[in-house]
Amino acid sequence: MEPIIEIKHLTHIYSPNTPFEQKALDDIDLTIYRGEYLGIIGRTGSGKSTLIQHLNGLMKPTSGQVLFEGQDIWSSKALTHSIRFQVGLVFQYPEYQLFEETVYKDISFGPRNMKLEEEEIDRRVRQAAAFAGLSDEILSRSPFELSGGQKRRVAIAGVIAMEPKVLILDEPTAGLDPAGSASILANIDAYRQANNATVIIVSHSMEDVARITDRLVVVSHGTLPFVGAPREVFSHGEELNELGLSVPAVNRVFARIRAAGIDLDPAVYTVDQAKAALLKALARKGGR
Amino acid sequence: MALKDITLGQYFPGNSLLHRFDPRSKILFTVFYIAAIFLCRWVVSYGFVLAVLLVFIAISHVKPKVFLKGMKPVVFIVIFTAILNLFYTGGHVLWSYGIFKITEEGLWKAGFMVLRILMLICCTLLLTYTTSPILLTDGLERLLRPLKRFGFPVHELSMMMSIALRFIPTLIQETDKIISAQKARGADFDSGNLIQKAKALIPILIPLFISSFRRAEELAIAMECRCYHGDEGRTSLRQLKMAPRDWVLIGFCVVMVAAVIALRILGL
Ligand SMILES: Nc1ncnc2c1ncn2[C@@H]1O[C@H](COP(=O)(O)OP(=O)(O)OP(=O)(O)O)[C@@H](O)[C@H]1O
Ligand SMILES: [Mg+2]
Repeated sequence: MEPIIEIKHLTHIYSPNTPFEQKALDDIDLTIYRGEYLGIIGRTGSGKSTLIQHLNGLMKPTSGQVLFEGQDIWSSKALTHSIRFQVGLVFQYPEYQLFEETVYKDISFGPRNMKLEEEEIDRRVRQAAAFAGLSDEILSRSPFELSGGQKRRVAIAGVIAMEPKVLILDEPTAGLDPAGSASILANIDAYRQANNATVIIVSHSMEDVARITDRLVVVSHGTLPFVGAPREVFSHGEELNELGLSVPAVNRVFARIRAAGIDLDPAVYTVDQAKAALLKALARKGGR
Repeated sequence: MALKDITLGQYFPGNSLLHRFDPRSKILFTVFYIAAIFLCRWVVSYGFVLAVLLVFIAISHVKPKVFLKGMKPVVFIVIFTAILNLFYTGGHVLWSYGIFKITEEGLWKAGFMVLRILMLICCTLLLTYTTSPILLTDGLERLLRPLKRFGFPVHELSMMMSIALRFIPTLIQETDKIISAQKARGADFDSGNLIQKAKALIPILIPLFISSFRRAEELAIAMECRCYHGDEGRTSLRQLKMAPRDWVLIGFCVVMVAAVIALRILGL
């Protein structure tokens, strides 16, 4: 697989040399590959938001490097600016950043900053709206008269309209009902597949993220204790629990059963996997 | 990140003698001190008032560096005042070049004015650095209470003040977040001419206004839900109590001002 973003020895300290000094990231190394679906999980205050803001040059590393397609994103001012369009970042609660009179204008803010042709802007706005599940009729309305969920879709469309190669979303489903979350996640996946984009999703709910991503990164106190496929990460269920992460319930149940001396797969995290593992264990027992 | 560096009006928690004084006596001290600054006449009285300030800064346990940082915003005003006084005071000429001349009186006056401004800033910083905003507004409300008889809305004013103080950090954080979010969509705040720069602020100001209104509304509802109905019959959780040390401080204030007046009469 081809790397698209490489993070090397990244350290970030907030308010250095003051009484409020705080090390939010501590010597982090991570490679993100083209086209992959990456999940970042960690409890509140672990450093997730700080980490992703380094990926599009919004934050400057205190030390270390972030490479995009092999180039240090801070090597020139023009590059730092252009990275913002290639690595799209949707913040937590993005609905509070809408400001235009109409949804259409708000979505076009990004493409317009890219200095694209008017026709291209129009194409992108309409396509992004479609990806975000917004109907044409909504485009002419004011963003302030929409529901919370619709506003969030507008904000996501505003970033998708820049057609970034890497799309990063900070807690895109926070505060939405299960149906709303599922449909936003499906919209994001549609964008990923249509553009072969890399998608990074931040969350503190492991259950959701594990189901949809190829690879998980666990952030804890500014370090990355576990990086790997969901199965690999969940085989460390105990340690994840100790880090204060809410491991999926099945995984915890299995850990208790294993503690009682029955050998079961430690890496399950969905009910389907649990069922398969149980049947396998029963078959083994029956065979004996 | 410049937004976060604002220290004006910031409180530094601590447990020094100055932190423990009642807010009312500290406010009174500040008022008396400002009066003393304006009553100063000549080297001796300025020296005395400056010495008082330095002693108080020392016992506040707040680093002198923090005070210097707090004075940064007025550097321009100080320089401006100094130049104005330096060149526009008549008297015994020491140096001249064309229309510019520096007089002995100008030198003294400029020096005193600069000292005055710096001491003024420092003594108010001393108050806000060592008193939490809540105590400060509580103290102010108590001190102004007599004015209520004349229909002055003392309680409402202090409530507004504490809410405003409470929300300054929140708004700064919010502004930072909105700036980052718009930058992530390629907004450019640094280049272009003045009009373009002003226009670039719209994507920040509108969300900021909207969220402020939303916050205000939510806060009003939350306050009503907890049966807030203004001043009538309201008691407070923290009762302010004057300790003997507070009376000592107020006594000192009176002595300080009396001393400065005496020095002034003596022309020192
Ligand atoms: N602007 C800031 N100034 C100082 N410290 C900060 C700032 N932003 C974050 N921090 C600190 O850095 C650490 C990491 O914060 P970060 O926002 O990256 O956490 P997070 O994992 O995104 O948490 P959450 O799940 O709550 O969003 C926290 O301890 C936080 O207190
Ligand atoms: Mg966060």
